[in-house]
Amino acid sequence: MTSLSATIQNVFNEPNCAKNANKSEAARKKGCTKQLQPGGAAGGCAFDGAKIALQPFTDVAHLVHGPIACEGNSWDNRGSASSGSDLWRRSFTTDMHEIDVVFGGEKRLYKAIKEIIAKYDPAAIFVYQTCVPAMIGDDINAVCKIASAKFGKSVIPVNSPGFVGSKNLGSKLAGEALLEYVIGTQEPDCTTPYDINLIGEFNLSGELWQIKPLLDEIGIRILSCISGDGKYREIASSHRARAAMMVCSKAMINVASKMRERYGIPFFEGSFYGIQDTSDALRKIARMLIERGAPPQLMERTEAAVAREEAKAWAAIERFKPRFAGKKVLLITGGVKSWSVVAALQEAGLEIVGTSVKKSTSEDKERIQKLVGHDAHMIEDLTPREIYKMLKGAKADIMLSGGKSQFVALKAATPWLDINQERCHAYMGYVGIVKLMEEVDKALYNPIWDQLRRPAPWDEAEINWQAKALAQVDVSAAGGTPTLLGAARAPYAKRTRSRKTVELSIIEECIPTHGSTTVGAMPQDTHASVPAQPMSALQAAE
Amino acid sequence: MAIVTCSNKACTINPLKMSQPIGGAFAFLGLRGAMPLLHGSQGCTSFGLTLLVRHFKEAVPLQTTAMSEVSTVLGGYENVEQAVLNIYKRVKPEIIGISSTGVTETKGDDVEAFIRLIRQNHPHLEKFPLVYVSTPDFKDAFQDGWAKTVARLVEVLVDPLDPAAPRDCSRVNVLPGCHLTPGDLDELRTIFEDFGLRPSILPDISGSLDGHIPDDFTPTTIGGIGVDEIATMGQGVWTIAIGAQMRRAAEAMQAKTGAPFRLFERLCGLVPSDEFVTFLSEISGKPVPAKYRRQRGQLADAMLDAHFHIGGRRLAIGAEPDLLFDISSMLHEMGAEVTAAVTTTASPVLERVKAQEVVIGDLEDLEELAKARDCNLLICHSHGRQAAARLNIPFYRAGFPMFDRLGAAHQMSVSYRGTRELIFDLANLIIADREDNHQPTPATWKINGAGLRAVPPQLN
Repeated sequence: MTSLSATIQNVFNEPNCAKNANKSEAARKKGCTKQLQPGGAAGGCAFDGAKIALQPFTDVAHLVHGPIACEGNSWDNRGSASSGSDLWRRSFTTDMHEIDVVFGGEKRLYKAIKEIIAKYDPAAIFVYQTCVPAMIGDDINAVCKIASAKFGKSVIPVNSPGFVGSKNLGSKLAGEALLEYVIGTQEPDCTTPYDINLIGEFNLSGELWQIKPLLDEIGIRILSCISGDGKYREIASSHRARAAMMVCSKAMINVASKMRERYGIPFFEGSFYGIQDTSDALRKIARMLIERGAPPQLMERTEAAVAREEAKAWAAIERFKPRFAGKKVLLITGGVKSWSVVAALQEAGLEIVGTSVKKSTSEDKERIQKLVGHDAHMIEDLTPREIYKMLKGAKADIMLSGGKSQFVALKAATPWLDINQERCHAYMGYVGIVKLMEEVDKALYNPIWDQLRRPAPWDEAEINWQAKALAQVDVSAAGGTPTLLGAARAPYAKRTRSRKTVELSIIEECIPTHGSTTVGAMPQDTHASVPAQPMSALQAAE
Repeated sequence: MAIVTCSNKACTINPLKMSQPIGGAFAFLGLRGAMPLLHGSQGCTSFGLTLLVRHFKEAVPLQTTAMSEVSTVLGGYENVEQAVLNIYKRVKPEIIGISSTGVTETKGDDVEAFIRLIRQNHPHLEKFPLVYVSTPDFKDAFQDGWAKTVARLVEVLVDPLDPAAPRDCSRVNVLPGCHLTPGDLDELRTIFEDFGLRPSILPDISGSLDGHIPDDFTPTTIGGIGVDEIATMGQGVWTIAIGAQMRRAAEAMQAKTGAPFRLFERLCGLVPSDEFVTFLSEISGKPVPAKYRRQRGQLADAMLDAHFHIGGRRLAIGAEPDLLFDISSMLHEMGAEVTAAVTTTASPVLERVKAQEVVIGDLEDLEELAKARDCNLLICHSHGRQAAARLNIPFYRAGFPMFDRLGAAHQMSVSYRGTRELIFDLANLIIADREDNHQPTPATWKINGAGLRAVPPQLN
């Protein structure tokens, strides 16, 4: 059994990561987690990453060993979909108290495992380590081992306490747990030459089901999906697949590359976002399977399906072209998506004014350059303030991004669309990209934007009044110095806007301010536009 | 009188509770120009942030000291220092509020000492408001984090006042519990102002999290009570605390400024609202405005209209103590029966909940109790949705977090008007449920072994 730090070292030494391959030996050793900046960091922790990677497994109990914060603050917050069990949506935590921190939480953890098995009898239990028990030295590996033996149930330790690093590292550590304890521990009922694994696909909003019918039609079987709509037995027997696709994410590259090493399963990195990418991915899967012994007719079926669906999708997108002409998009997202949706957006006639490349590799950047032309469109890192400025300045008509930056766009009264994990629509494959266009169209042409950009009635009145007043000040400045300046003018502005005369209260205020004692001095002090009216008002007051 | 019991499971299933530091950070969010900072690993902040953002659907400022494994073991002075300096430089806040978390409390970081050291090493921060509250994750709950933070804000930020100095007779201090929404606070402010009183609300999330659109982008909170206003709270003649959780803060205020306080444990319901306006009338010397006399009538009428539907309902409620006490008492007064009550943390109000027992436990406990006791109305925050779906009973979302419905910030429960709206919402939910799920059929009163079924199901 390897220690946690050894596992982390091992994870960083990933030969199949393009970014890693370009690094020097020393830099590689240092790993790819950036030093987090106190007071300037925003991302999740390693535990978060591990949970994201494994939570979509539907028929296992996810038990979080730690104080209430780690699970109580975060459960049931992601939109993966399940075709069967809803066990994964229930939340299990040891909710460590002070007394467990003092005396150790191992016994409580063991009891918790026992309770879960008695009540829910899950296919397996994933036990997640967190910072506090890691600090006090709770040995979850040992507890899981004992519990597995005692209860005859797979109890898998996921050693990824928050403070070891970023979300991305946590996803990789979760992958390590799968490699060490799950993958290859069971055999599938049957195998076919058409079996594939999808790695790093989480079935958010059920998007896997936008692809699966096509695979079904072509005759390709998803032996296991890690981890969207995943079942424990499928992943335990996933080592019998003929090929694998790493979907849209480098988060679990270690799983793909070690499965190739151990079981000889070739893999490629692809994406189901965008028409071209979907077609490429389907062809690649078919080619790989054929190379590994599937009949060559598979490619014919693939090409037929691709041709049919592509034609349908392009025809559907065609409809949007006139409506999208001249509209500008700002794309703030990470990695693969920074280019994979660009092609589709462009095809529909949208202009890309910028795409973020913060999490992209040099390969990603090359592809963006090919698609959008010059470097100016690539944004390394944009602060919320800069995004706000860009949107307010109407440099973009719509922003596509993750949930965290949405309010920047919405508060700038700019259309926005969620294309990250919290979204409620599925955008995968041919149907997904058309859906994305539909959503862009709905957002762009919603009638609320014109209303929201209108100034409030009082704002308008105030501007008018001020403009008038300023003009008057200019006139009076020619004859003498204006007495009401700057700040003093503002409250009067509000009170006089509805009536074109000067109100009594203003006149009353003027008396102590200017020491005016005569009716004749009043019009000058209040800058009333028509001398006759304030006088009559004053006289009326008298 | 309810018996308070503790669930003795080793495994919490479907937690009702959220952690203390988030409650603490939530309190800091009611201050203008604030940047709450959690001293812990960055996940502590990111989970809390997601929770707050999903509830309010607003950008929420919240930062982290980003503790790594090594810095946790060696102590977090450098991280706190760097975080404070970075935030100070980058977002220019008016105040930084620091809450500890489980991991830094396990190590035992002495953050008060860190702050003194930071002030020493960086003289430009000597007077800068830095408020620290100890809120370990492994103790207490969300509501406690809020209560401790408000008490600490009073202790640190309110200037002591010469007891002999004249006070501002129209000024009152309001210390709301975390169960009140921005909508509640707006309503309360209006009521105070209608009595000619000027309230200083600490913390005032109605200024910062009510969903208004600012003119410019700010990385800190965009409203709330200012540090300068808190400093002068000693001039107020009265302190009004809402919710038993605020007793500690109210006592701190009294100790500091000598102003007497009045604690309102509830503001939901006819009688509590009567007490509240009577008190305001007394301290302001003004008669109750006609507006509230009319609203009282409207509430009375709402109670008449709704009691047909709410009366006899068997309520299952999961909420933090003050919210649980407030809403369950109001429903008890409407004729409902508080059949299952689950809460997160200890509180003196629990034994006065109008139920047989109150369990400090989780949503699995609530679901099992509701099922066993055949409850037919569920009130809980959004995490109750799975239980509600399985129980198939009407579900009203109340409390924090409410992430799967809109308008959480404006849902009200205080005063005549808030109670009226809450009653209508609940009654409508019950009516809709009856229409959808409990229409009579020819088989409803069928003859069984013992003849005609004497009691039709779902009487109400």
